[in-house]
Amino acid sequence: MAEFLQFFFSGITVGAVYAMVALGFTIIYNASEVINFAQGEFVMIGGMTSVFLLSAGLPLPLAIALAVAIAVAVGIALNVLAIEPARGASVVTLIIITIGASILLRGLAQIVFDRQFHTLPAFSGETPITIGGAALQPQALWVLGGALVVVLALGWFFTRTLMGKAMRATAHNRLAAQLAGINVRFVLMLSFALSAAIGAVAGVLVTPITLTSYDAGAMLALKGFAAAILGGMGSAAGAVAGGLLVGIAEAMGAGYISSDYKDAVAFVIILLVLFFLPRGLFGGKSVERV
Amino acid sequence: MLLEVQGLTSHYGRIQALKGVDLAIAEGELVALVGANGAGKTTLLRTLSGVQPATGGSIAYAGCDITRLVPHRRVRLGIAQVPEGRQVFGPMSVEDNLRLGAFTGSRQTVEADLEAQYTRFPILKERRAQAAGTLSGGQQQMLAIARALMARPKLLLLDEPSMGLAPLITQQILAAVRSFRDDGMTVFLVEQNAFAALTIADRGYVMETGRIVLHGPARDLLADDDVKRAYLGV
Repeated sequence: MAEFLQFFFSGITVGAVYAMVALGFTIIYNASEVINFAQGEFVMIGGMTSVFLLSAGLPLPLAIALAVAIAVAVGIALNVLAIEPARGASVVTLIIITIGASILLRGLAQIVFDRQFHTLPAFSGETPITIGGAALQPQALWVLGGALVVVLALGWFFTRTLMGKAMRATAHNRLAAQLAGINVRFVLMLSFALSAAIGAVAGVLVTPITLTSYDAGAMLALKGFAAAILGGMGSAAGAVAGGLLVGIAEAMGAGYISSDYKDAVAFVIILLVLFFLPRGLFGGKSVERV
Repeated sequence: MLLEVQGLTSHYGRIQALKGVDLAIAEGELVALVGANGAGKTTLLRTLSGVQPATGGSIAYAGCDITRLVPHRRVRLGIAQVPEGRQVFGPMSVEDNLRLGAFTGSRQTVEADLEAQYTRFPILKERRAQAAGTLSGGQQQMLAIARALMARPKLLLLDEPSMGLAPLITQQILAAVRSFRDDGMTVFLVEQNAFAALTIADRGYVMETGRIVLHGPARDLLADDDVKRAYLGV
C-alpha cells in the first residue's frame, strides 16, 4: 500500500506538469487548430531562465517572475515571427513550423545557457511529509498547488471575462467571432502568450524535482501531447484529466514493471487512444442543433 | 451614400465569385439583394464585412475607403452582419452570445442594450442562461440578429435570415427587419425569398453569377416580368 501510494504521489506530481503542458496545447489548438510542438520549450525556458537568473544573484521570486515574462515574450515572438507570416497555410504546415521552432529554441538554449543539467532549490525545504508510509516532497505540493491555481485561473478567465469568452467564441466559430468584432489575430497572440506562461510556470515548479536542461522540452511536449490526445484535443478538462492519467500510468509502469519503460508508457497511450478512442475521453461532444 | 461599392471582385482560388459588383446604399434605406443560389450574394456580404478578401474594386463606407480594412475595425465603424446559417456560439449561453455581440462597444451601454434586445425578443430573455445551440432555428435567428444589434450598427447586413424557417417565423423576422429601417437603421438584406424581401425593401438589386443584372425601386422589380419569371415563380 505504501508502495502504491508512493507511486501515486510521484504520478500525480509529474501528471500535474503534463496537465499544464496539455493545457498549453489545448489553448493554442482551440485558437488555431495548430498543435504547437514548441510547447515543451516554454517549460524548458521557464526552468532554465530561473536557474540562470537565480545564479546571477536575483532573488528567487523575481527570477521566477522574469522567467515567466521571458517565456511569454518568446511565445509572442513565435507567433509574430513564425505563425502569423504563414497565415493561410495549411494546419500541417503550421505544425511543421512549430516543430522547427522547437528545434531552434533548443539550439538557442544551448548557446544562451549551456548543456548541463540544472536544478533550483526546493521552495520550502526538502523534508518529506510522510502519508500512509509514503513520502511526499514539499515541492510536489507546490507543483500540485500551482497546477490547481493555473486551472482555477484559466477557468475564471474563460468563463467570467469577456476576453476569455471571446477566445472561446473564436475557437467555436471563427467567422462569427470576426463578424462580432473580435480581433482573431489578437486572440491567437494571446493564446500563445497564455500557453507560454502556463508552460513556464510548470517548468519553474517542477525543476527542483526533475532537473532541467536545454533539451528537457522535447519529452515534456510528447508527454503533454499524449495527455491532450487522451483527454480529447481541445478540451481543457480533458487536458487536466489526461495529464494526471498519463502521469499516474507512467509512475505505475515505472514502479511495477520497470523504470526502463517509463517513457514508453506515454507512447503506448498515444497509440491506444488513436486506435480505440480517437476523440479522447472528453472530446467530440456537441450540443449543436442546425 | 453610406455604402458605395465599385467594380468589386473576389475569388475563391481561381474561381471568380464576384465579377465587378457596383451598388450604393443611402443612409436609412432598406435595400434587398436577391438572386439564385450561387449567384455570389453571400460572397458579396462577406467581402463587405472583410472576412472574404476583395481582389479588386473598392468599398467606401461613410466616405472612407475600407476595401482593405480588417473585419473587427469594420464592426467598430458600424457595419454588423447576421451571417448565413445564423452561426451562433452554440455551447455558450444566449446572454454570452449577446455580450460578445457588444465586444467592440463601450461597457456603459451594454446592460441597457441587453435589456433592449430582451424587450424586442422576449424569448431570448426566457432562454438567456440556455446554450445557444439548443434553441430552435427561429430562436437562433433572433439571437443572431440581436447579437448583431448589440454592436449598435449603422449598417446592418443580413444574410438569408429566412433560411430554413417556417413561414410564420419568416414573417416575424422580416417584420423586425422592416422595423429596424423604420427606426432609422440602414439595412442591406440578402434573400433567396425574393418576394418577401422586395415586399419590405425600398430598393432592390438582382444578382446573377457574380454580377448585378438589374436594380431599381423594389416596387418596380416586383412588377418586372423577368424578375417575376426568374425569382418570384409567377
